[in-house]
Amino acid sequence: MGISNIWVFAQVANGAPTSGSLELVTKARTLGGSVSVWVAGDGASVAGALGEYGASKVFAVDYGQNLAGVAVASAMKATIDGGESPDLVMFPQSYEGRDVMARLSVKLGRTVLTNSVDIEVAGDSVSATTPIFGGNTLVTTTFTGGAPYLAAFRPKSFNPEASGGAAAAVQAVSVPDLGATGTAKVTAVHVEETTGPKLDEANVVVSGGRGLGESANYAMIETLAKLLKGAPGASRAIVDAGWVPYSYQVGQTGKVVKPSVYIAAGISGATQHMVGMKGSKNIIAINKDKEAPIFGIADLGIVGDVHKVLPKLIEALQGR
Amino acid sequence: MSEGLCETVHKAQEWRTMNVIVCVKQIPDPANPGALDASSNTLKREGKLILDESDSYGVEMALQLVDAAGGGEVSLVSMAPNSETAGLRTALAMGATKAVLVSDPALQGSDALTTAKILAAAIQRLGGADLIIAATESSDGYTGTVPEQLAEVLGLPSVTFSKKVAIEGGVLKADRQTEDGYDEVTCPLPALISVTAGVVEPRYPSFKGIMAAKSKPVDEVTAADLGVTPVGWAGAGQQISNVAQAEARAAGEVIEDDGETFGKIVTFLEGLKVI
Repeated sequence: MGISNIWVFAQVANGAPTSGSLELVTKARTLGGSVSVWVAGDGASVAGALGEYGASKVFAVDYGQNLAGVAVASAMKATIDGGESPDLVMFPQSYEGRDVMARLSVKLGRTVLTNSVDIEVAGDSVSATTPIFGGNTLVTTTFTGGAPYLAAFRPKSFNPEASGGAAAAVQAVSVPDLGATGTAKVTAVHVEETTGPKLDEANVVVSGGRGLGESANYAMIETLAKLLKGAPGASRAIVDAGWVPYSYQVGQTGKVVKPSVYIAAGISGATQHMVGMKGSKNIIAINKDKEAPIFGIADLGIVGDVHKVLPKLIEALQGR
Repeated sequence: MSEGLCETVHKAQEWRTMNVIVCVKQIPDPANPGALDASSNTLKREGKLILDESDSYGVEMALQLVDAAGGGEVSLVSMAPNSETAGLRTALAMGATKAVLVSDPALQGSDALTTAKILAAAIQRLGGADLIIAATESSDGYTGTVPEQLAEVLGLPSVTFSKKVAIEGGVLKADRQTEDGYDEVTCPLPALISVTAGVVEPRYPSFKGIMAAKSKPVDEVTAADLGVTPVGWAGAGQQISNVAQAEARAAGEVIEDDGETFGKIVTFLEGLKVI
């Protein structure tokens, strides 16, 4: 029997599906059966792109001022009650993705497997794999309840590949009465502008951590990133300390990056951080503590003071 | 007095006190690497547990909101094995008033959905609250779905990933983190929020607070006391089928800086044709 009807919740940013969403559509296509994609907002503008990656249908939820999570989950539940029967629902591990899957999980009385990096379908058995302990151990978990199976995936688990399909058919789905759960309203939307390559798409990422000592020293990270045509990143510690915006954060709760070169300056390598960058092709670490876990995964480790190494490195690169 | 002002005064009185419940997790010290119990494939939770640092922000936020409201109290709910209260005592020492601890061997293997049902029942045992606060995710299991599942079980509106929170005239105003920036959200109470780390600066418990915490009430209950069944492995819609070691990433060259190691980095980058 296997899986014949798959739903994917796609996160849309700046009018296009995110790459994290397109990789899920790509993976869903390989699992067999039909792929329908849910989006919060306008469906027509993304139907072409989603169709190209293998979606045959787009369910578009006009959520108005509601928070997208509760609105989309309720619309999904109403659609299932109306007769649709997805076998598997896939979510990106994004802010909206988490809200939708959590709400839907309760509405359907189904568990949701999160932080997955792979999914396997063998007959009626569906299993998802999750890295734990900073990626040192891989745990495979099999769903034991009935369908629909709910699973969420970390970004960059699969490669997005277009299959050249036609634009997906768009079906508008209205938001059912949300009752008390629908009383939270979005009153303003703020977009934080960034320049240079995007953190999760850059070929080179230079990240700074608490070892920089004070926020003014983060300027060295930005300078080095610019010289290498890369993006500046940060550990959770200095984001929490307010040195840089949250959008700079690399790690479990931030961005997952897989650049050609990752430079970690003054970052010890907490599990939180490592899961967000250990997929980088080459890692350079500079840290004054030679016992720092980051050296365990670095291709080139410099045991030294970032305040001494970075200025010299910047000077050498500027002189080229 | 204009009608508008009347309304404001009424609201101010109505919200003179505020009760907040914070969901806290007691976890193994993250400084010690975690391990899986080979027989059960669950995270080992033996030994001393501590308050998850992620939850200290929620406790602090709750204490500040109750202060700002001019009255009310902060209560805690937690689920932990072996009647563990060390982490709860830390939160009580910060200023929380009381706690419900759900401790039951039957809960081992519970999935996030069951955890949300248990916490919801514990919250109802406390009579509910104006606001429920959780961290965005725990530092050990980091499933990250429990807060929103909890809101759905309780039938409450929610603002997850709140990075700035205020209560004005009985209405919650929060800045919610998004992929591209943040949204301003308003929400009537009662409601649930999950707060990001760094949203406030958690206070250190005072000596007086630590002493007082020893005698603060912790109501210990089982899943059966809360009327939640089935739980544990039996209630989980999932089963661990395999545990494997990931391909280890080998460490490369590690060298002590002698003032010239920047040259090594330049050579390395040249080799990769990045420069």
